[in-house]
Amino acid sequence: MPTGNLSVTTFVIASIIKIAIVLWVLLTAVAYTVWLERKVVGHIQNRWGPTRVGPFGLLQPLADGLKFIFKEDLTPPYVHKFLYILAPMLALSMSLIAICLIPFGNSVNIAGMNIPLQITDTNIALLIILGITSIAVYGVALAGWSSNSKYSLLGGLRASAQMISYEVALGLSLVGVLILCGTFSLHGIVEAQTGTWFGFIPKWNIFKGQFIAFFIYIMAAYAETNRIPFDLPEAETELVAGYHTEYSSMKFAMFFMAEYSNMVTVACLASILFLGGWTGPVFGPPILHALLPIFWFALRVLFFIFVYIWVRGTLPRFRYDQLMSFAWKFLLPLAIANVMITALVVALRS
Amino acid sequence: MTPIAPTFFFYFLSAVALISAILVITRKNPVHSALALIVTLLSLAGLYLMLYAPFVTGVQVIVYAGGIMVLFLFVIMLVNIERAMKEEEFNKQWIAGLIASLLLGGLFLAVYFKGRAIFPSEFTKIPEQMNTQQVGMLIFQNYLLPFEIASLLLLVAIVGAVVMAKKKLS
Amino acid sequence: MVPISYYLVLSAILFACGVLGFLIKRNVITIFMSIELMLNAVNLSFVAFASYWQALSGQVFVFFVMVVAAAEAAVGLAIIIAVFRTRQTLNPDRVNLLKL
Repeated sequence: MPTGNLSVTTFVIASIIKIAIVLWVLLTAVAYTVWLERKVVGHIQNRWGPTRVGPFGLLQPLADGLKFIFKEDLTPPYVHKFLYILAPMLALSMSLIAICLIPFGNSVNIAGMNIPLQITDTNIALLIILGITSIAVYGVALAGWSSNSKYSLLGGLRASAQMISYEVALGLSLVGVLILCGTFSLHGIVEAQTGTWFGFIPKWNIFKGQFIAFFIYIMAAYAETNRIPFDLPEAETELVAGYHTEYSSMKFAMFFMAEYSNMVTVACLASILFLGGWTGPVFGPPILHALLPIFWFALRVLFFIFVYIWVRGTLPRFRYDQLMSFAWKFLLPLAIANVMITALVVALRS
Repeated sequence: MTPIAPTFFFYFLSAVALISAILVITRKNPVHSALALIVTLLSLAGLYLMLYAPFVTGVQVIVYAGGIMVLFLFVIMLVNIERAMKEEEFNKQWIAGLIASLLLGGLFLAVYFKGRAIFPSEFTKIPEQMNTQQVGMLIFQNYLLPFEIASLLLLVAIVGAVVMAKKKLS
Repeated sequence: MVPISYYLVLSAILFACGVLGFLIKRNVITIFMSIELMLNAVNLSFVAFASYWQALSGQVFVFFVMVVAAAEAAVGLAIIIAVFRTRQTLNPDRVNLLKL
């Protein structure tokens, strides 16, 4: 949407540059999230994690990538070939598209042009992200079905049931935030959280009484991204590897990257919706004014990713019936109660 | 603010919608049909966006493409479609069905072409910033009773689906 | 701008496709999908008319149509599963005994 003082040409050029930068940063973040996970989980289990490739194993993602590229790309017989190839592409592209609506900071002035630090903002941004995550279910479901294998099918069925169930709780947990902020635009939601009470308590949504919603969101987000303790779709002890049992080489890597970039997106969304996005103390010369918000934002995202890994290192896996009853009998009523209370408070106050 | 190429987008989206709608009814494999239907739903969502209905677009993608169609795929995965794939795709009355639907489509088209004069060639825009709020106001003020009835309908559907799909405990 | 009648024509063609699928397919799941296609064609008309009349009631109606479609899909697919469990077929012509 060409807004403000930008012409169409500069808008398109700026967008392309932003897309390139965001994709590069996202994919690097994905690679290093894997490294961080192996490192942190290693330390939790009293091991070292990767140490051989580069200092502190920092080049390990590169080695992993090379390994994936040089592995044999095997397509098993009796698979539904078209869908078998489509599924990982769908999963990866959906998780990459979702990032385009995430704002990383306020707008910056470059050569007299006011460029927002976000690929695009729309008035229904949050709905679009929810829509993209619901389309991403197909990647997993189709992978399970098209592989023509028992384990994959069970994994795919579990994944789609789980993702639909938790999406209900996820969506309802966002309603409280939407009532408080009065907009679907992610930029607008962050703007509504600027400022402080008494000079030191930031006006984040989590402090505005949305901590229950925050809890529900985090639980549902773990289930949406198929992470421990909700990683039933790929429970390796019972389903071999779930929906990607029959995948190898880059096709497997695509699922892998999709999972981790979903993690990053969910962490970005959590910090925007509940922890005030890029708000934070800004001081110093103009260059710091431009970079500090991005730094605060990255810090929050890193915190969420660390919690993800921490949970993975500590908690065991749920049983499948526990997972479903947790979603429908606990999270959903809690989310509805939160929506009603928030709406009541806002209505009484106005 | 002028949209860059609305006409192009309209033709592109409607071509995608039409081709995938035809794929829905001609594919033998129900999974392929379901995928084609998802593509139709998504392109319709794009068309809603062009008609300044962003909230409907969001609901279309989340509820229809992301909810109802997943349910369809789920059921297709649960039932054994190998046997269904071996059967004839169309039934015996397919010629009659083709003629009937062509006549119906022809009727609609005739009505629209006859009445084309009463539709303006250009319609004014609804300010899209407020769309979601306005739809919400309408639902919870003018259409409150239908809204409650719809929720009752969903409750009935949930109970019905559970009763129907439950295994007999005997 | 694209005239509004174009949207209506598209909706008519989609509706006819849905009717055709409903009449001639043998697979009950695809028949169900044809019904969804028809509902969506009607929805497109609703949205087009809503933006023509500048009245959002049309968009609210789309919302209700989606509710009905969701309810219908839940019950209908449950029926399909129940029928498949007892008959082992997806062909509606084979389901000709009026009992489970």
